[in-house]
Amino acid sequence: MPSFLHAMPPAPVLFAQLLIGLINGSFYAMLSLGLAIIFGLLNIINFAHGAQYMMGAFCAWFLLNWLGIGYWPSLVIAPVVVGATGIVTERLLLRHIRNLDHLYGLLLTFGLALVIEGVFRDRYGSSGLPYTIPPELQGGRNLGFMFLPVYRGWVIVASLGICLATWFVIERTRLGSFLRAATENPTLVRAFGIDVPRMVTLTYGAGVGLAALAGVLAAPIYQVSPLMGSNIIIVVFAVVVIGGMGSILGAIVSGFALGLVEGLTKVFYPEASNTVIFVIMALVLLVKPAGLFGRAA
Amino acid sequence: MRHRETLIWTAALIGLALVAPYFLYPVFLMRALCLALFACAFNLLLGYVGLLSFGHAAFMGSAAYITAHTVKVWGWPAEIGILAGVAVAAALGAVFGWLAIRRQGIYFAMITLALAQMIAFFALQAPFTGGEDGIQAVPRGHLLGLLDLDNTIVMYYFVLAVFLAGFAIIQRTVNSPFGQVIKAIRENEPRAVSLGYRAERYKLLAFVLSAALAGLAGATKCLVLQFASLSDVDWTTSGQVVLMTLVGGVGTPLGPVVGAFIIVTMENYLAQTGSWVTVIEGVIFVVCVLTFRRGIVGVLAPYLTSRDMPRATQPSAEIT
Repeated sequence: MPSFLHAMPPAPVLFAQLLIGLINGSFYAMLSLGLAIIFGLLNIINFAHGAQYMMGAFCAWFLLNWLGIGYWPSLVIAPVVVGATGIVTERLLLRHIRNLDHLYGLLLTFGLALVIEGVFRDRYGSSGLPYTIPPELQGGRNLGFMFLPVYRGWVIVASLGICLATWFVIERTRLGSFLRAATENPTLVRAFGIDVPRMVTLTYGAGVGLAALAGVLAAPIYQVSPLMGSNIIIVVFAVVVIGGMGSILGAIVSGFALGLVEGLTKVFYPEASNTVIFVIMALVLLVKPAGLFGRAA
Repeated sequence: MRHRETLIWTAALIGLALVAPYFLYPVFLMRALCLALFACAFNLLLGYVGLLSFGHAAFMGSAAYITAHTVKVWGWPAEIGILAGVAVAAALGAVFGWLAIRRQGIYFAMITLALAQMIAFFALQAPFTGGEDGIQAVPRGHLLGLLDLDNTIVMYYFVLAVFLAGFAIIQRTVNSPFGQVIKAIRENEPRAVSLGYRAERYKLLAFVLSAALAGLAGATKCLVLQFASLSDVDWTTSGQVVLMTLVGGVGTPLGPVVGAFIIVTMENYLAQTGSWVTVIEGVIFVVCVLTFRRGIVGVLAPYLTSRDMPRATQPSAEIT
């Protein structure tokens, strides 16, 4: 037996970590997708994205524990409810800073994130609440080379589906073409009689809804906790810098890929698993500052 | 005329600072002074170069950890410990700045935030930082072997001296030819480049200076409170320094100082309400961004200086 194989972990450990990486990657992909869509039209980085993801998870938890509404309806209700708060936010707050420097958008949404997180932390502390996996998705399958919990498989499939559906809507439909046109040149699109301000509002709502949907999917895997959003959002920012925000597919691919890289790091050099994405970000900045899929800013 | 007014204001404020520890709790004042210096260092970047760094806690926190470790474990004297902290913060600033100035605007903010988060994870895992506990019971020792820093009043005057020195460095920088160039870069970078200035170098130098001064604030704060902890490197601390500067007035010399005192005072009174401090800080953020972008000093300054000077000639304090 060659000596380097001693360093190889047993296959089940490797696959289990790759699975965790893929799961994390699904959330990175969904969240960076939402950030990219919002950035495209509103030109702001939505710092509250993590808080809105957390609101999605809490919304599902409230629906289950207060109203007895289960997982499947929550997948629709939570994004709609949280997306509606996004629409209100855009109308009341973000609209007023449209013509200012983009940095103000970052600061405003950062303030919002503090408010949302603070309120939830006051109520629910920083420890997590459990959310049970719906009965249809409990248990697991033995795939021969590894054991796959059904819910985790579902999350990967669902998030791939969500990402591809979003890509399809933006790149292949008439609505998406309006959106892309308004991203390029809002004034001209307005001149064609399209209500760009309403489109901006709805886009922000859709982006926020996407974050909430990711939150519902995450609820049974991670604990539902007020801190779950801020833990993930900074990593997602790094993912966005790596991928570049110019391309929808870029956000999806880099999200999944970086999740996998993180999982692999956990196998081979666990001490660096928290920081590997930031290191990759630094390397990408050195080689290709605009990001792997980005256009020059 | 203006020069004389500035002198009078400076003298009055320094006089106030000299007698303050006899009326107010000195540790509170020292903490506020350290955070004020931190905010001034941050303002050097945001207010004068137009770069929003969302990772300044990394410089303050790493300097605090280095000072705590060298003073407590290696037994270095206070002043050498502080210098070591500043040196590490400056080196870190050179690396971060070198990476981050490749992108602009929002990307710059996101990159600094992500790099700072890397430092936060490092501080959580590294063997010498004490993980969740941080480094506690850091001895203050004697300054230059003469002044006993365990004496609160001596410590206060030392912190005040550090703050004034840092503040003076920033003012000197801003009002120097170098300061004129960085302001030109803030206003119109392509034009500054076309005039032959290497914008990248100026930005990097300003970034390193700002990081070093943030490190000075962190190292001093670590000696004041006698501990270094994870909250010093946390992203919320990076957010807080943005808030202090925004409340006081971006791009004004005294704005960050006023902002820091307001936020520290507020935290002091609201400490027992737990998470509501965060909520209130968030609300202040939102209100400031929506309606009060010039900050307290930015709004008041025209009234406090010469009456006959028309307000319109005051430089805009907003991010452009």
